[in-house]
Amino acid sequence: MSSHSNAHVAHHFENAEQQRQSAQLGMWIFLVTEVMFFGGLFAAYTIYRSLYPEAWVVGSHLLSIKLGGFNTAVLLASSLTMAMAVHAAQTDKQKASANWIILTMLLGFVFLGVKVVEYAGKIDHHLVPGPHFFVDPMAELAKLEAAGIQVGQHLRHAFEGANPNHIQLFYSLYFAMTGMHAVHMIIGAGIMLWLLVNTRKGVYSSQYFNPVEVSGLYWHFVDIVWIFLFPMLYLIGRH
Amino acid sequence: MNSVYSLLPEQASTVAGQVDAIYLFLVAISVFFTLLLAGLVLVFGIKYRRREGAPAPERPHEDSSLELIGGGILLVLVLVLFGWGAKVFFHSTRPPADAMEILVTGKQWMWKLQHPQGKREINTLHIPAGRPIQLTMTSEDVIHSFFIPAFRVKQDVLPGRYTRLWFEATKPGKYRLFCTEYCGTEHSMMGGWVNVLTPADYERWLVDSGGAAVASETPVQAGERLFTQLGCQTCHNPGSGQLGPHLAGVYGHTVKLADGTEVVADDEYLRESILNSQAKIVAGFQPVMPVFKGIVNEDQLLQLIAYIKSLSGGASN
Amino acid sequence: MSAADTQLAAGDPPKHYLNNGLTIRSWLLSVDHKRIAILYLISLTIFFLLGGAAAALFRMDLVTPEADVLQSETYNKLFTMHGIVMIFFFLVPSIPAVMGNFLVPVMIGAKDVAFPRLNLLSWYVFMTGGLIALGAIIMGGVDTGWTFYTPYSSMYANSHVILAVAGAFIAGFSSIMTGLNFIVTIQKMRAPGLTWFRLPLFIWAMYATSLVVILGTPVVAITLVMIFVERFFGFGIFDPALGGDPVLFQHLFWFYSHPAVYIMILPSMGVVSEIISCFSRRRLYGYTFVAFSSLAIAVIGFFVWGHHMFVSSQSVYAGLVFSFLTFFVAIPTAIKMLNWVMTMYKGSVSFETPMLYAYGFLGLFVIGGLTGLFLSTMATDIHLHDTYFVVAHFHYVMVGGGVMGFLGALHFWWPKIIGKLYPEGWAKFAAIVIFIGFNLTFMPQFQMGYHGMPRRYHTYAEEFQVFHVMSTAGATVLGAGYLIMAAYLFWSLFKGKKASANPWDARGLEWETASPPPTENFLETPKVTQDAYAYDMPSVTCPPGAKSEAERV
Repeated sequence: MSSHSNAHVAHHFENAEQQRQSAQLGMWIFLVTEVMFFGGLFAAYTIYRSLYPEAWVVGSHLLSIKLGGFNTAVLLASSLTMAMAVHAAQTDKQKASANWIILTMLLGFVFLGVKVVEYAGKIDHHLVPGPHFFVDPMAELAKLEAAGIQVGQHLRHAFEGANPNHIQLFYSLYFAMTGMHAVHMIIGAGIMLWLLVNTRKGVYSSQYFNPVEVSGLYWHFVDIVWIFLFPMLYLIGRH
Repeated sequence: MNSVYSLLPEQASTVAGQVDAIYLFLVAISVFFTLLLAGLVLVFGIKYRRREGAPAPERPHEDSSLELIGGGILLVLVLVLFGWGAKVFFHSTRPPADAMEILVTGKQWMWKLQHPQGKREINTLHIPAGRPIQLTMTSEDVIHSFFIPAFRVKQDVLPGRYTRLWFEATKPGKYRLFCTEYCGTEHSMMGGWVNVLTPADYERWLVDSGGAAVASETPVQAGERLFTQLGCQTCHNPGSGQLGPHLAGVYGHTVKLADGTEVVADDEYLRESILNSQAKIVAGFQPVMPVFKGIVNEDQLLQLIAYIKSLSGGASN
Repeated sequence: MSAADTQLAAGDPPKHYLNNGLTIRSWLLSVDHKRIAILYLISLTIFFLLGGAAAALFRMDLVTPEADVLQSETYNKLFTMHGIVMIFFFLVPSIPAVMGNFLVPVMIGAKDVAFPRLNLLSWYVFMTGGLIALGAIIMGGVDTGWTFYTPYSSMYANSHVILAVAGAFIAGFSSIMTGLNFIVTIQKMRAPGLTWFRLPLFIWAMYATSLVVILGTPVVAITLVMIFVERFFGFGIFDPALGGDPVLFQHLFWFYSHPAVYIMILPSMGVVSEIISCFSRRRLYGYTFVAFSSLAIAVIGFFVWGHHMFVSSQSVYAGLVFSFLTFFVAIPTAIKMLNWVMTMYKGSVSFETPMLYAYGFLGLFVIGGLTGLFLSTMATDIHLHDTYFVVAHFHYVMVGGGVMGFLGALHFWWPKIIGKLYPEGWAKFAAIVIFIGFNLTFMPQFQMGYHGMPRRYHTYAEEFQVFHVMSTAGATVLGAGYLIMAAYLFWSLFKGKKASANPWDARGLEWETASPPPTENFLETPKVTQDAYAYDMPSVTCPPGAKSEAERV
């Protein structure tokens, strides 16, 4: 065994450096598979958006930009706290690391809570695809006007031309994409819990912090997915 | 009919010979390369078989010239194949303008066919030899595929859109028709025959067999009847309310839409405009037309489109 | 474990991975890559038998044009089961999960894969997926075909589509875990001195395969999720009634499922490179070319999926591009054939069983590859699409290529894995029977296909009967060949002669350790000074068992 070895090097690795590099490469490759996984949904989104641009405009307008924007801020903040957690773990400040992990987890729950509020609103407004789906673009347009929003010529045409079935397609993709993202957030929260327990137990140190580091990569990735989802679903249709 | 033991099946369309020529070329190169490989491995296997006490073979040199030469030859070969295949493919997917249009609706598990003169049939298609035929096809349920081996043609038939297939039969006879896209329990029963008749026989067949009462309306007439029954003419006829655009001369031409874009009024556009009238509003009109989705079925849609085409002197005679 | 240790006192047989713990628990919870390979081997054998049984049933029914043994519904469920089981639960995992799991760490001089627990998890995930898919079959079956085309699968089929889709989805994650493990293991855990260009070509092939798995499997996973969502929640994604596009499903499906063919064939190419090199006693001709062509095939393979869709209504221009790229991917594959043949030239060729399988691979795969040209040429594909010609073509590629490679690997490394020799005479006999049976089964299907016999037909036009009878007769011979093989391999487990560490006098790290290898593969990390094909040098293998004896000290 090499001189670098310590108690945390698994039996099949030569040394801590090899173990750390393997863990990192493994997580990066996992993230590649995640990119391909979401990529399938992004492909479907892109194709349908180019086929039915009007429906995408209407779909976007029915989403709450305030809630979505708030959630984006929450996730960006959580990326910061996650980075702080990793940094603290690396510099042997395990107590601080545990606190940052708790904060990250809490921000994750805030995000999920807001998502629940959004989903509940969609259920109330019959915007969940399926037999109960109902949307009347003209009524929605009237609501926009009643709210004092300046409705341009282009927007009016979009609302007039949008097919409710295609708006349903938008919502199928909305739920599939944000739902998949939420599943990743829930898994992320689970990982935070596991990190917290181990950190409290004193498993990690400046000698061994691979799990905190690669979990951080995962958490940042999930944030980045949202950074793509938010403009694609909430913003592009509003231009 | 050629027996199944002969290398090629019956050739009964204008493209069949062209496809078979490529096929024969491919068979020839396949046999050549298979025999070459078999010969080489056998000869090398015997000539260089292991012998007691022989010295260990030398390491091969790292030299890519053989790979490059082989790759070059193959590149030329596949480019020839690609070009030749693409040429015939283009020919076999571009229907001539004067093709006779037959409407096809696939459903689990039958083919419904309608001739321009109105005659309908199921699972058997009668066509005249020596005349290009274009099938305009759609499905009421799942994906099917229309396949006539003797003509070497095939095209998937999809729900919610139109696909086209064309061929020109060269000789009278009876040829098999298959569905080749798996479509459920009775998939293998979804087929029948294509009866190619001489043009004279075809004309006779159109009027006499099957009873005079059946072949009453042509698709265009049926479309015109539907056009009136559904009240389309109240808005779309010249001199009436002017609520909708006139349809004469629309088919195949560019239409300017309310949002400033332009589309070509083809089958898909007409289909969408009937089923979901709000999707693409013609410039200068209000979105007042009702939605006909669920009101007209696939057969009726094809007839309505045939009628609108006829207003432009379209391919439907 | 400790109880097992004490049983193995001095004087007992040498300690190796097979007798290091004898309880069921020590197998089911083992993180040793070699034991996990054995778990996979056992499960895949069962799946192969199931898939084969389904094929036997419907081939029997196809002897006559009418429906006699089966009802159409049952027939459709059987060919669907054959496809799903053979592709997702046999071919895709076959060489990677069994041979790759066993060999990758040994060949690169590592003690295990990078993530041993993930490796064990992959087997459990695979079994979960497999059991769910089996559940779908037991509860009444699935009749969509393994391709799950929409809208039939999502809206019309009234069979257990959701379960089958879930099974394939879950099994996909086990492939991903294995692929991820291999990439990290190969990149980070090679023994000192084992540079990339000293690696065995099997490792290059596994690396290329893992790349395809990593990039392709997630896409089919999300596609299956979309089918699930459409069918279960009534969300419309591919349903044309809602403006969805059923052809989009085909694009997403083939984006994975075409590269999946390379998942099945690249490992076989790696195996054949090892075997031909060993039995010609010569480094493979054009090593660098073969290594890079595996990567090239893996990459180009991702841009040809549209050739499954020439008649699907995709645009003719898209068709042109896909046709062109398909021809392009054929070239590196064809040149590999040249490399294998040229390795024998001026070699010292002998014909043990693995070499017979390599010969079989060459003979069948060349036909599979050449008939691929018929299908990438657009004009002929229109006629041949979805006929028995296609069926014959992909069996020549996936069975003639994939399975022959797997069987070659099984025979080549059997002495290493089990530590016993199989009876060479029987093995040669079975290899020849399998080769003949295979050709008899599938050669007639080319002729039927060009004459227009569509695939997935329960009843058929009477003129095709003679070919179906030949095909069924061939399938019987093929089945007999597989059963003979299963019988002597099983026999050799108990009665086979003890294998030495290097029965073929081969080169490469796996032959430098004992047969079967000790739990951590090598007693000390090997130092590599040459490539894996030093056939012009004497073997450096220690006498059999010597290292294992040393381990106990």
